[in-house]
Amino acid sequence: MSDNGSNGTGFIGASLKRKEDARFLTGRGRYTDDINLPGQLYAHLLRSTVAHANLGSVDTSAAEAAPGVHAVFTGPDMEGVGGVPTGWLIHSKDGSPMVEPAHPAMAIGKVRHVGEIVAIVVAETRDQAREAAALIDVDYQDLPAVASLEAARADGAPLVWDEADGNLCYDWEVGDRAAAEAAIDGAAHTVSIDVVNQRLVPNAIEPRAAIGNFDPTTGEYTLYTTSQNPHLIRLLLGAFVLGLPEHKLRIVAPDVGGGFGSKIPHYAEEAILTWTAGQLARPVKWTSDRSEAFVSDTQGRDHISTATLGLDEDGKFVGLKVSTQANLGAYLSTFATCVPTYLYGILFAGPYTTPAIYCEVEGVFTNTVPVDALRGAGRPEATYLLERLVDKAAAATGIDRVDIRRRNFIREFPYQTPVALQYDQGDYDATLDLALEASDWDGFEARRNEAAGRGKLRGIGISTFIEACGIAPSAVVGSLGARAGLYEVGSVRVHPTGSVSVFTGTHSHGQGHETTFAQIVAETLGVDFEAVDVVHGDTNAIPFGMGTYGSRSLAVGGTAIYNAVQKVIAKGKKIAAHLLEASEEDIEFADGNFTVAGTDRSKSIGEVALTAYVPHNYPEGLEPGLEETAFYDPLNFTFPAGTHVAEVEVDPETGEVELVAVTGADDVGRIINPMIVNGQLHGGLAHGIGQALLEHCEYDDEGQLVTGSYMNYTMPRAGDLPNFNINHNTTHCTHNPLGVKGVGEVGSIGVPPAVINAVVDALSPLGVTHIEMPATSQRVWQAIQAAQAQD
Amino acid sequence: MPAVTMTVNGVSRSADVEGRTLLVDFLREQLALTGTHVGCDTSQCGACVVHMNGQSVKSCTCLAVDADGADVTTIEGLANGADLHPMQEAFREHHGLQCGFCTPGMVMSAIDLVNRNPSPSEGEVRHWLDGNFCRCTGYHNIVKAVMAGADAMGGGS
Amino acid sequence: MDDFQYHAPSSVDGVLSALRGADDGKVLAGGMSLVPVLKLGMAAPSDLVSLRNVPGLSDIEDHGHCLKIGACCTHAQVAASSVVQERIPALAAMAGRIGDPQVRNCGTIGGSVAHNDPAADYPAACVGLGATIITDRRKISSDDFFGSMFETPLEEDELVTAVCFPIVDRAAYAKFENPASKYAVAGVMVAEGDDGVRVAVTGAGAGVFRVAEMEAALADDFSADAVSGIGVSSDGLLSDNVAGAEYRAHLVTVMAKRAVEACG
Repeated sequence: MSDNGSNGTGFIGASLKRKEDARFLTGRGRYTDDINLPGQLYAHLLRSTVAHANLGSVDTSAAEAAPGVHAVFTGPDMEGVGGVPTGWLIHSKDGSPMVEPAHPAMAIGKVRHVGEIVAIVVAETRDQAREAAALIDVDYQDLPAVASLEAARADGAPLVWDEADGNLCYDWEVGDRAAAEAAIDGAAHTVSIDVVNQRLVPNAIEPRAAIGNFDPTTGEYTLYTTSQNPHLIRLLLGAFVLGLPEHKLRIVAPDVGGGFGSKIPHYAEEAILTWTAGQLARPVKWTSDRSEAFVSDTQGRDHISTATLGLDEDGKFVGLKVSTQANLGAYLSTFATCVPTYLYGILFAGPYTTPAIYCEVEGVFTNTVPVDALRGAGRPEATYLLERLVDKAAAATGIDRVDIRRRNFIREFPYQTPVALQYDQGDYDATLDLALEASDWDGFEARRNEAAGRGKLRGIGISTFIEACGIAPSAVVGSLGARAGLYEVGSVRVHPTGSVSVFTGTHSHGQGHETTFAQIVAETLGVDFEAVDVVHGDTNAIPFGMGTYGSRSLAVGGTAIYNAVQKVIAKGKKIAAHLLEASEEDIEFADGNFTVAGTDRSKSIGEVALTAYVPHNYPEGLEPGLEETAFYDPLNFTFPAGTHVAEVEVDPETGEVELVAVTGADDVGRIINPMIVNGQLHGGLAHGIGQALLEHCEYDDEGQLVTGSYMNYTMPRAGDLPNFNINHNTTHCTHNPLGVKGVGEVGSIGVPPAVINAVVDALSPLGVTHIEMPATSQRVWQAIQAAQAQD
Repeated sequence: MPAVTMTVNGVSRSADVEGRTLLVDFLREQLALTGTHVGCDTSQCGACVVHMNGQSVKSCTCLAVDADGADVTTIEGLANGADLHPMQEAFREHHGLQCGFCTPGMVMSAIDLVNRNPSPSEGEVRHWLDGNFCRCTGYHNIVKAVMAGADAMGGGS
Repeated sequence: MDDFQYHAPSSVDGVLSALRGADDGKVLAGGMSLVPVLKLGMAAPSDLVSLRNVPGLSDIEDHGHCLKIGACCTHAQVAASSVVQERIPALAAMAGRIGDPQVRNCGTIGGSVAHNDPAADYPAACVGLGATIITDRRKISSDDFFGSMFETPLEEDELVTAVCFPIVDRAAYAKFENPASKYAVAGVMVAEGDDGVRVAVTGAGAGVFRVAEMEAALADDFSADAVSGIGVSSDGLLSDNVAGAEYRAHLVTVMAKRAVEACG
C-alpha cells in the first residue's frame, strides 16, 4: 500500500462518473415530496403575518368545520411537548451562559417573527388544508418589532425576549484583548474597517418537506424529511422534543435537493408533523412552497463588524481586534449560536502570522427568521472582513496587495494561532503563485487599459484564505459548548459474493458521496467500483452518524469508512491465514488479494468473504460474517486554503458590475474524484459571487421581508457568471489517513472579498475606497456619485 | 370537473381535473410522474420545465385544462429504454448536476434551445438558461454539458 | 389558488359571451402574468376564459404601412418572426428579451398589453412605436390605452385581438433589467417615423410614459448627445429594493441614450 492509503487500483484520483446520476437524469430521483403514503393527509401551516405580537384568541372553529379537515392544532395543544433545542451553549465574557429562551414548536402567547407557525391544519387535500387555514381567526395584538441589529441594540429597544436585556443572547470573546490592543497601540500603522456581512437566504432549489407517520401497532414513528443529517434529527426530535426512544423513531432523508446549511437544523415542522401523525394515526405530509421557505428556512450571515489591524514598518501584521454584532433571529436554531463564535472568531489568523488577535461577538435577538449555518457558516464572514482589511492596509501603507500578503504568510507547520486553532499543514505561497500565474495577474494593466478604451472600469482583486473544516474533534467542541459529539460512522458490509454495501452517517444532497465513498472502498478493498454501493439517509439502515455540513463528509465520514475497511482487512487476514495455513502476521493485503508474504499463495477478498459467510473451514473462535463499523472522531479540524482572484468590469454610467474572470488556486487536500471536487468549487464560487454581487435578504422596519420571492431576491443565473478557472496545489492533511481536507465551502469563503476587492480596485481611480456587499448596480452608481461629489 | 386528455410521453392520458389544477400537479400527483419538480411559486426557477407541443414551458404556470389535447414530454419520456437522450448523457459526462433537483428542468430547457439553435455559443447557452436556477453547480458544468449535448444531438432532436 | 369555471370557446363571440355570463371573468391567454397572480391569491376570478381554441389570433400580417400582430402571438413567435425582424427589428429584439425563454414561449402580446404591468416591455414598445390596440369592437391608440399600473380602458367584456405597429424609419429598445425578476427597471423605446420621434419609458414610473423633452431634442438632432443631458424628474418614479427613484431617473437617460445609439 502506498503512503496515501491507496492500493493502486486507480479509483482514487479518477473522475469517475457518478452513480447517482442515472436516477436524477431520468426523473427517478426520490425526493420527499415525491413520496406518498397510503392514507396520507395533507397539512398546511398557518404562519404569523406580523413580526411581533401578543397572540390573543386563535379561533379555529370555522377551520375545523371546513370540508375535508381532520384536525387543527395550535401551540397550546402541543404544550407539554419539549421545545426545539439549540445545539451549542455559548458562554459570555463574564462566564455566564447565553440566554436560551424557550422555543415551542408552535407559537404560544407571542409570535416573534413573520413566518412563525401559529397552527397546523390537516385535511384530505392540500387545497382543503390551505383553504381551511384561511378561516382561522388570529387576534394579533401588535408589539413593536426590532428587525435589524441596529434597532435591536439601540437604547430602549423593544425586547424580543423579556429575559434578554438589550436583546443580547451572549457577549462572547476569543483571544487576548490586552495583547491585541497593546500591539495595535504600538503599531507603526493602523488600519480600520467597518463592514456589513449581509443576510442571505440559502435557497436550496428543493423546498423543505416532511411526512410524519405513526404505526399504532408497533408504536413506531417515521419521519421523511429534507435533512442533511437524519440521525441528528432523530437525536434532537426524539430526546429533546417528543421524548421518543430511538428504536421507536425512524428518520428518512431520501434524495435531498440541496442543503447549503438550511437543512441542518431540526425544524419545528419536523416535530409538528411527527406529533400530528401520532395524534391522528395517519401519515401527514407538508411541502413548503417558495414563499413559505423565504420566511421559514433558516437564513445566513447578517453581521456588522468593526476591526482594526496594526502593522509594523515592514508591513507585518502585529495585532488585530474585531468587534462584531451577529443577528441570531428570533429563536436559536440548531447551530445558530456557534456559527458567529466558534466558526468565526477562531478564523482571524487566516493564513497570516498575526501574533495578537482578539475578537468579541454580541449575539443579538431580532424579530426576524432564525439565522443558522449557510455554506461556509462564519468562515466567509471572517474571511471577508480580514481580506478587505488587508487590502485597505495595502492601500494605507503603499505596499503592493500581493506583497503584503506574502510578507505575512505562515510558513512553519504545525502553527498555533492566537485564536485556538492549530494548522497542521499548508503551502500558501504555492497557491498564491499558482493563482497569480493562472489569472495573468501581471498582465492586468493591459486589460485595464483595453477596457478603458471601451468606457469600462476594470478591476482585479485577490483573497488569500484558510478555512477550518472537517468538524470536529468531539472533546474540543464539547469543551466549547457543543451538546453533541462530531465524530462520524461508517459501516462496510462485504457480502458473501464479494459485493459491498457501505453505510454512512453522512448525507449526500449533491456532493456525490455514492460515488466518492465507493471509490475509496473499491480502491482500498481492491474490488470493482461497480461492486460497491453506498447507503445513506435512513436511521433504520445506518448505525449512527452526525451528518453532512462544515465540509466534514469526506474528512470525517470518509475516514470512518476507510477505518471500517481496515477492520475488514484485518479480519480477512485471519480468515485467509487459516485457509492458506499461514500465520496471520505473514499475510499481506493488496489489490483485493490476501497473500502469504514472499509466495504466490493467495485468496481473493471474494473467497475470504464467501468463507466468512460459509464458515465450514474457519478459524476457531472467530465470528462468521464480514462486516465492520468504525466510529471516527477527528483529531483536529482540517485546513483547506487557497487564493482566489476576481476580475470585474464596471459600467460607470449604470454602475453595473460584470464579473469577467474568476481564478481559484486551491489546496483542498487529497482529491478522490477531481470532477466532483471541481464541481463543488464551482458551486461554492457561485454562492460566494451571489453574496458579493447579487443577494441580499432585506426586512423593513416592521420586520416584514422585503425580498420574499425570486421576484426581488436575486439568485445567480448562468448569465451572471463566467467560466471558472480552477487550479490545484495539494498538500495532504496530516491527521487523517486519506490526507483529505474538504471542499464544499471553499468558494463561498474565499471569493467574496476577491470580488469586492476587484470592484473597489476598479472604482479606486474615482476615489471609492469601500463598497458593501452586494455590490449592486445602484450601490456602485451611488458610490461613484458620492466620490465625485467629494471631488 | 373538466376532463382533459393529453399525450404524455407518447401515451394518451385522460383524467378529470379541477380548473385550477396546474399542469405540474397533474403530472406529479395524477400521473405520478414525479421527475418534474416545483422549486418556486413565481415562475422563475424552471425546475418544472416540460415540453408542450415541442416547446419548453413552465408547467407550474400552465393549467392542466389549458393543455387539453397537447403533446407533453417530461424528463421521464426522454430516454429510450436504457439509452439516455444525448442531452442527458452530456449532463452525466460533464457533471452537469449535483443534487439533481433542477436537472429535469435544465435538461428539458436545454433540448428546446438546441432544437432552435443547433450549435449555440457559450453566451447563448447562458442567456437561454435565464429561466433555470441551479444552486449547486455554479452553472459551469451545465453550460459545458449543454454545448456538448448540442454537438451530440447533431442539430436538434 | 381558488377554483373557477374554465371555458375554452372557439370564437371571439364565444369568449365575449362567456365573459358576459361570468360574475368576474378573466381572459386567459398565455397565462404568464395571470397564473402567478392567481397562485399568489392576488386575484380570484369566478371564470377563466381561455383563448386557446380561438382561431386567427396568432397571425402576423404585413399591411405595408404597419404590422398587425395577433393577440395570441407569443413573445418567442414575435422575436423569431422574419417579417418582424425585417420590418421592425427593434420590436423583434425587444420581444426576444422579455422574461426568459419559457415565458416567451407562452406569454402573448395581447396578454401583456391587456395586463399593463408597469414594468413590462410591451407597453414601451407600443407607445414608443405608436401602435394601435385593436379589440373586438374598436381601435385604441397606445397613448390612450396604457394608464397607470394595470389600468386600461378595456371594458370588462372586451378582448384585445391584435396590435398594429406602424413601420418606422428607425427604432431601438434599451432596457436595464431587474436582476431578480428580469422585468424592466428602466426600458426605453426610441423610434422615428411618420409620426415624428417618440420616446417611451417603461419600468420607471407607475405606467409607461413619454419624454417630450427628449422627443423634441431628437427631432432637432437625432443623436445620443441630444438626450444624454436630458434628465427626467424622479418625482413619482417607482422605488424598490433594486432601484430608488433617483437611480431610475438616471437610468432613463442612460437607456434613452443607448437606444438612440442602437438606432444607428
